[in-house]
Amino acid sequence: MSETWIILGASSSMARALTRKLAERGDSVILAGRDTADLARDAADARVRGAPLAEVMAMDARDPDSFTPILDRLAACEGTLCAAVFVGSMPPQDHIDADPTLIDGVVTDSFTGPARFLQALAPLIEERGGGTVVGVGSVAGDRGRIGNYVYGAAKAGFATYLSGLRNRLNRAGAHVLTVKPGFTDTAMTWGIEGMFLVAPPDKVASDILRAVEKRRNVLYTPMFWLGIMTIIRAIPEPIFKKMSI
Amino acid sequence: MQWKTADYTGWGRALRARGTLARPERVSALSAALMGRGPAIGNRRSYGDGPLNDGGAAVVMTRMDRLLAFDPDTGVLEAEAGITIAELLRVFAPRGWMPAVMPGTGFATLGGSIANDVHGKNHHGAGSFGQHVLALTLMTDAGPREVTAENDPDLFRATMGGQGQTGAILSAKLQLAAILGQRMKVTETRIADFDAFIAAFDTSQAEFTVGWIDATARRKRLGRGILEEGTLVEGTRPGPLKRALGVPLDAPGFALSKPVVKLFNRFYLSRVPDTARKRTRPLDDFFFPLDRIHDWNRLYGKRGFQQFQCVVPLDQAAALKEILTTIAKAGIASPLAVLKKMGPGRAGHLSFPMAGYTLAVDFPARKKVPAIFQRLEQQVLAAGGRLYFAKDGLAHPDSIAAMYPELDAWRAVVARVDPEGHNKTDLVRRLKLRS
Repeated sequence: MSETWIILGASSSMARALTRKLAERGDSVILAGRDTADLARDAADARVRGAPLAEVMAMDARDPDSFTPILDRLAACEGTLCAAVFVGSMPPQDHIDADPTLIDGVVTDSFTGPARFLQALAPLIEERGGGTVVGVGSVAGDRGRIGNYVYGAAKAGFATYLSGLRNRLNRAGAHVLTVKPGFTDTAMTWGIEGMFLVAPPDKVASDILRAVEKRRNVLYTPMFWLGIMTIIRAIPEPIFKKMSI
Repeated sequence: MQWKTADYTGWGRALRARGTLARPERVSALSAALMGRGPAIGNRRSYGDGPLNDGGAAVVMTRMDRLLAFDPDTGVLEAEAGITIAELLRVFAPRGWMPAVMPGTGFATLGGSIANDVHGKNHHGAGSFGQHVLALTLMTDAGPREVTAENDPDLFRATMGGQGQTGAILSAKLQLAAILGQRMKVTETRIADFDAFIAAFDTSQAEFTVGWIDATARRKRLGRGILEEGTLVEGTRPGPLKRALGVPLDAPGFALSKPVVKLFNRFYLSRVPDTARKRTRPLDDFFFPLDRIHDWNRLYGKRGFQQFQCVVPLDQAAALKEILTTIAKAGIASPLAVLKKMGPGRAGHLSFPMAGYTLAVDFPARKKVPAIFQRLEQQVLAAGGRLYFAKDGLAHPDSIAAMYPELDAWRAVVARVDPEGHNKTDLVRRLKLRS
């Protein structure tokens, strides 16, 4: 059965990889993001790969007014509606230390912006019955670490939001998947020191689709990150506060 | 735009570079990165220093890999330059189309295939990759510009096989080839020696041909091997996509030592019974046999390897036999070597192909290799043949100038579009291609 997917933050390489897989299995996609000129090329790619419909819509997580036309467009689409959220921003922690006002932007991009969008979309999903919401969090949200705890805090907030949304949409037969990718080989991590076991975006996208099919609730990808984060979460706070990992 | 400093190599890993690399994922980031004044590089499947810019910048195109337009009636495809040939085959074969020319690895990018004007197992019929390119978009100082054989024939030709010197290739329009199905009927025949191989190529009627030879065999067995002849047939892909194996570590030095290689070659040849055997294979298996083993270049250890690939004119088969004799006598262990007959098809001033016979042999990077290579280079030159930039890491400027008679014409075009030499690579400097 063909679905219509709204992809928020569609320019990211993870989003692009997922969009391609959706297109190849015959789903329609609406690509939302800021760089609409470039997204037009992603939409063309999706059409060539088999998407019956691939459209671009401008969206800025920091501008809720930009959500309205997208929600209207989705309301006009027939059939099952699905959403995948890839938005987020991660300025270096030392930039945030120098300018704490940056925190607002990080939290809006990674948490409150997408949450506001999903909150407005939820009634539409409930009305149709069924559908999937994929929310991309991060392993960084599992524990506050000295290197990026503002980004981590925003992603933790988003993960908790998704947990609640899952609880709600489950009643309408819809499913919410929280994805926690480890290090992924994207523009965001290009050139950052200390990356290890970096996964290609295509692998993350395959894992996401498989988890959607199995209706998994939380996905760590690649899977070994579940083990790594289980250990990191188990470290007692008195010890953790002295560590720098 | 994010730049990182990295050590990187071509596929042979014998030549190294250290420089800054950007890998843009969007057009805006790509435009900004190209202001960094370095050449564009692809998946670094060229063996030598073609994709290297030591001490400078380079822009990695692999994430600019989108399909932009496809007409199912005509088979005309437009795609960004970073997409791989294997991906094009994967997406379009089920719809009855494939790239008209495919090199021996599917990991090559579209841009790289143009910049090296690559050839495939059907070169004798289909010509080179560039002959199926209808248009391309080049980055110029004034922004992106569409170039065709009609609107700027010199620039178009200079870009085909032009080692990226005319500017970054952003996207290209290709004529795909219609196919009946996704199966290749392959006939494998054991060939006793070099002369029999040449005779077999001369009489073969197959659309796709390639010869695997045991470059360690000498005297009576010189040039023995297996001739593969392929014909496209109807039917869906036989068998599922297989998972590639990986080579997790650099192999130790003895992995490709003489006795191991000799054993391997003997085993490889004896797979095929004395009488020919026929089988049906998936297209990717047939076109990209080594891609099943990811990072197979690591089998050569951390010192890496060089590849020698030459082509000699049709009437110089005897000279090619001498070249093979030099290789066999040198006793540098090398697993499978490749022999193939080529047609005249070529698209650019610096394209490799000519009507004749081509031979490709790997050499592990050892001290005596440059001297042997120089002997081979002289033999190729004397035979009126040429060496292939996509493989080369050891040739010399003088002989290259003699092998490529259109070099001056190419230089004139390149000087016009990149007067300051921003696109130069290590290969271009080593072979003095631009001066």
